[in-house]
Amino acid sequence: MTALRGAGFAALVCAAVVAQAVVFRFVAIDGVVPDIALVLVVVAAIDRGPQFGAVLGFAAGLLVDLAPPADHIAGRWALALVVVGYLAGRVRDDARSSALGAVLVVGAASFVGTSLYALSGVVLGDGALPVDETLRVIVTSVLWDVLLAPLLVPLLLRAFDLLGRDPVPARSRVLH
Amino acid sequence: MLQDRRPRGGRAPTPEQRARRVLGLLVLACLTVIILDARASSPLDPLRSAVGNVVGPMESATATAVRPFSDLGDTLQTNHGLRKDVARLEAANAQLRGQVATAPVDRQRLAELDGLTKVVGDTGYSMVAAHVVAVGPMQSFSRTVTIDAGTSSGVHKDMTVLNSDGLVGRVVRATRSNATVLLIVDTDSVVGGRLGTNLEIGFLRGRGSVGDTGRLALDLVDNSVVPAKDDVVVTWGSKDGVPYVAGIPIGRVESVVSSPRQSSRQAVIEPFVDFTALDVVGVVVPKGTKGDRPVLTAGAPQ
Repeated sequence: MTALRGAGFAALVCAAVVAQAVVFRFVAIDGVVPDIALVLVVVAAIDRGPQFGAVLGFAAGLLVDLAPPADHIAGRWALALVVVGYLAGRVRDDARSSALGAVLVVGAASFVGTSLYALSGVVLGDGALPVDETLRVIVTSVLWDVLLAPLLVPLLLRAFDLLGRDPVPARSRVLH
Repeated sequence: MLQDRRPRGGRAPTPEQRARRVLGLLVLACLTVIILDARASSPLDPLRSAVGNVVGPMESATATAVRPFSDLGDTLQTNHGLRKDVARLEAANAQLRGQVATAPVDRQRLAELDGLTKVVGDTGYSMVAAHVVAVGPMQSFSRTVTIDAGTSSGVHKDMTVLNSDGLVGRVVRATRSNATVLLIVDTDSVVGGRLGTNLEIGFLRGRGSVGDTGRLALDLVDNSVVPAKDDVVVTWGSKDGVPYVAGIPIGRVESVVSSPRQSSRQAVIEPFVDFTALDVVGVVVPKGTKGDRPVLTAGAPQ
């Protein structure tokens, strides 16, 4: 991956994290906003496969964990998004077959990601809410992401196309 | 001839195997980060403030850019609090200054009843005004916001944050140009509170949600006291005003729930502050603070 392409992905991740904290708070439903970083990771996984999805998930998750106003134990979103990136990459063929498929994958990823994050909070005793409250947040979050997926997925896929891809996917398989 | 079957041997791993290996490594990395950060004095704090120094100004700049369009939220969700905020913004300085003097509960009376060494002059707080630029998503199950004032304006950890309605929260982390505020509705937040009518003290804990359902739970130290409905709760303050200064209105008693099993009563408090429409807030700073933005000094109490 060239440095320029890496910078492009870094800028996308930053923009997603800032957007969900700054811009989308004006349309938040009880504080729940569309999880742009998660959708970005899912699109990356659909476009480039599970390995890239997991790596971008780690980077995006760590940024969400460390950037203000986060105050939870760092690594929790990173863990959730690594798993989301990997799983979305595994079902990328289904996601690419139809537009509905992509939306469903985003919805499923949103459910898995937010649930994993909530679960890690319960395990670590870090800011856990009552179960009904937690479920409400997860459901709202899935609805938000599914609602925005038809808009965001084509937009992000286009951005990924513009960034270009590594030229030697076949050779790397032989070399390493 | 025997073929070497070790993973790093003769056969190159398939993309699936490589992806699985990367997944394993990244999950291990995440767990390492979690374990490191779960400790009280986290070795990740320098990294956190480094990221804050980069992302914080980005958030401030974006917030400034989208502020003219923030009215969009008004049309999308009929949130009267946002509309109210526009009016509040215009009179922000005057209101913040007046807030201390016109608090619903007589701050002076509290100071006198304290019978402590507090002189009246010490309770006139100085404030630095700031905008809320970013709000943590509810998906993170914590209620925190970023404000656009930091250590360069004299804002530091464990300072009280309020707005013209009442107590907002406290600063938990500050970088040069930004600070993170833990809202009092967060489940990690505990505030010492005092009932306005009978001065009974207790502890308020956040319930984690904002909006119309955002409530605080008040446990009184004296179990025999029954809080009256609509009674006002104010902060009772800590030593040197860290992290909360005294006499800031928090909310109103909405209902009282008694549980026979625990033989204790818990009051549900409706906060004065609308946490879904936070914009201008004031950070209480020590007198004589010098910074890159003006310090609002409360009028000397009569």
